[in-house]
Order: sequence, then C-alpha cells, then structure tokens
Amino acid sequence: MSPETHWRTALAEGRLLLQRAPDGSAVFPPRLAAPGSGGPLEWFEASGRGRVYTLSWINRKPPAEPYHVALIDLDEGARLMSRVEGVTPETLAIGMRVEAFVDHDGDAPLLLFRPVEEA
Amino acid sequence: MTDTFPRARTAIAGLATFGIGETPGYSSMELTAQAALLAVADAGLTLADVDALFICQPDDFFAGLSFAEYLGLQPRYTDNNRTGGSAFMSHMAVAAMMLEAGYIDCALIAYGSNQRSNGGKLATKITNNQWDAPYAPIFPLTGYALAAARHMHEYGTTREDLAAVALAARAWAQTNPEAFAKGPLTLEECLSARMISTPISVRDCCLVTDGAAAIVMTRTSRARDLAKPAVPLLGAAAATWWNSIAQAKDVTVTAARESGARAMAMAGVSPSDIRTAQLYDAFTINTILFLEDLGFCPKGEGGRFVSSGAIAPGGSLPVNTNGGGLSCCHPGMYGLFAVIEAARQIRGEAANQLSGVDVALAHGNGGTLSSQATVVLGSLATL
Repeated sequence: MSPETHWRTALAEGRLLLQRAPDGSAVFPPRLAAPGSGGPLEWFEASGRGRVYTLSWINRKPPAEPYHVALIDLDEGARLMSRVEGVTPETLAIGMRVEAFVDHDGDAPLLLFRPVEEA
Repeated sequence: MTDTFPRARTAIAGLATFGIGETPGYSSMELTAQAALLAVADAGLTLADVDALFICQPDDFFAGLSFAEYLGLQPRYTDNNRTGGSAFMSHMAVAAMMLEAGYIDCALIAYGSNQRSNGGKLATKITNNQWDAPYAPIFPLTGYALAAARHMHEYGTTREDLAAVALAARAWAQTNPEAFAKGPLTLEECLSARMISTPISVRDCCLVTDGAAAIVMTRTSRARDLAKPAVPLLGAAAATWWNSIAQAKDVTVTAARESGARAMAMAGVSPSDIRTAQLYDAFTINTILFLEDLGFCPKGEGGRFVSSGAIAPGGSLPVNTNGGGLSCCHPGMYGLFAVIEAARQIRGEAANQLSGVDVALAHGNGGTLSSQATVVLGSLATL
C-alpha cells in the first residue's frame, strides 16, 4: 500500500498518522522516504493536538459566510493546512490550542480541528 | 558547495516589452512573438542569430515547441522550465552557463499573456495540491495571506505597511507611460478596499493585464559591439525550498534569502551596492519579505522600511521603478518584466530613470512564495 493510501485508510478509521524520520523529525504529508536524507520512515499515531500557526479568512459574496484556512503546528512537529470548526473571526487566533477530529460528512474523510483549552 | 558563475561574461543585448495593459484581439503567442521580434531587432540581430529558446507560457505547456514553430526558429537548445514567475531568472542562469560554455551563441528568453483581454483571470493550470485543496484556499492568493498574517503577528507589520508598498508602486507608475494602473490612490482607499483573504485586500494584489516581454542574451564580448549598451549579467541564482506554503518551515522567510545571497556573492556586490531593486510584487507582502530576505533591511523590519518611504520616488532604495506588478503590469508571470526594468535602468532608458545605475537587482518569485530566483545586472563600468 502506498504511503498516501495508508494515511487515508487510517484517517477513514479516525486516526491521524504521521511518519518519523531517522533524525526524529515528524513528516507530513506522507511519503516514501525521509525528505532530505532518503532514509526510512516509521509510522506513528499523532496526538492530534496542536496550535494555530497562521490563518486567513476568505470572504465570499454575501450572504455566503466567510470561511478560513489555517496552518496547524502539531505538537509532534509537523505542519499542515486545515480548518478549525466552531470559531469566528473574533475568536480564532494565531497561537490557539486545537485538537484534530475526522469529519465524515463529505465525499471523503476530512481532517479538521476544534479549539481546546490551553493545557 | 560554492557557486561558480561566469560573472559579466554574458549580457543582455536586446530587450523589449509589448502590449502591456490591454491588447484585445491578440493571442498570447502573438504578443510574445511581437516582443521577441522587437528584442532581437533592439539588439541589432536577426532571428537567424537566435540558437536557443527559453520560454514559459501561461497556457501552453509545450510553448518551447509551438513558439519555435511560430517564429520559424530551430533552436539548438529549448528550455521550457516552469518555476512560475521566477522561471525567467532561472532561464538567464542556464543561458549564461551555456553561452559561456560555447554550447549556444544567442539566447532568446520570452514571455507573454493575453489573460486580461481573454477573460480577466489569472491564466494558470496550476492549483493547490491534494493536501491543501479540501480546505479551499484561493490559489495562489491565500498562500500569501497566510505569510502576511504570520508576519503581522510576529513582527507587528500592519495593513498600513502593506498599503505603503501599493502606494509606492502607484507613485512610480504615475510617471511611466507604459504602466497600466495610474491615477490617485490613497492610504484610505487601500485600507477600506474589499478584503479577499485576510489580511490581503484587493489593493494588495497585483494587476491582471496583458503584456509580453523578451530579452536576448549573448556573450558580453559580442554584445558590446551590438546596437545597444550591453547589460552584463553579474550573478544569477535560484533556490527552491517548498511548493505548498504549508510546508514552509517559517512562512516569513523565503528562499530569496539563499538565491539573493548567492547571486550577490557571484556578482561581488552587497545590498548597499545595489542602486535599484525590481522585486516580484504579486502581492504587497512580497516586497516586504524580499526586502528582508535579500538583505536590504533586517528580518521583521520590512513593514517599517517601506512605510518610511524608502522604496518610493525619492527614497533611499528605489524599488519597482516601473510601477511593478501592482501598478505597471502583471500578465500572470511578472519575472521578465522585472529583469527588463532593471536592464533599462542600467541602459539609461527607464521611464523613471535614476541617476548612476551601475548595479541593479531583479528578483523573481514563483508559486506561493515557493520558487525564488535573483539576478544581478551591471553596467560595462562594473567589469
């Protein structure tokens, strides 16, 4: 099974997988070999917890509501693009603590985040 | 590894732009061909002299083949490299090496697009990768917005700072007959402009225009005997650190830091030697990031640097003296227009001609701050 297929299969089961390079760094998106070294990669299950690194609200023609995209820094070190559910332009902020969940409402399982209290 | 580069051994011998703004009725091929013919004639050469073609068209992935056919070229070497708007600076690096090696004798580098007359939207088939696409960032705009938002958070850069970039570009455009967007533009208009993807408003975005550009490169020994003053290429370097903005280690630092340092080292110059910089301003944040990454001001100070008036007419570092992608033209990929403005400044032919331009820098950007390439041009006095 290809790395991408393996990752998507796990996501469909509600699990967020990352890979770990020989130097200990977390790797996302999934791939065949460690970026930079070409070394072997090991799968592990991420905690799903992270922090908003940066964000942008995208405006649409009213009455459509604005939506946003955010880059999330996972606690394990990888960064990915996603969206934080249940927030407004007033409440979503860089630095906010978030946790991952898998949304099954669309055509394909989708990785999303929701705010959590600062630990 | 240290770069080796044939400093000043090759030169821009001819250049031209054509159809900047709106050129209804022309295809992208026709615009590009006209610019190419003008550039070859500008050098005092003929099409038969051209033996290498470097081209990257917005809508034609086989442009190297179709453009050669259209002009009846039979290049000994054809380069269709696509690194977005930085492709042309990379073309120059390759052309310089091949000229120096004697593999080719005369390179034509061309670009053109009718994207404004033909629909008015950015003409590109490139889009988000499969990891980003489900979240629907506007490609490429939101990538730049994510960088701008973080720069504001980390360094206190403001929307007024972003606006200062647009205002400086407009101020230069006012006195450039070729520039498409002229007329008054105020800080208030910038700040109240329709927000597209925070913090990037419509006034933070480059134009969507038609336009074509072409340059001819040959060995400096030959160029100095041709029709126009030779503009030697002192250094050219490219750097790629990521494609998706989500993969940037730090979205406030681009590979311009590497391409700029390497190009300047090849040229034997430092930022203080550069009289004018032509920076690929697809969005206002670009200019701020590139001023920092190229070493014209410290990281994080770009916003305050532009707000001080440094890059506007009368400032200490004239930037985008043609009006840039924000107010002169942006036909999808701006890189070659930045090169031509730098070369015109050295030839003494710019619309907003500065005094004593012996060293000028042009910087290209492709993707979502992904691909960076820098060239340093000099006058014959720098040899």
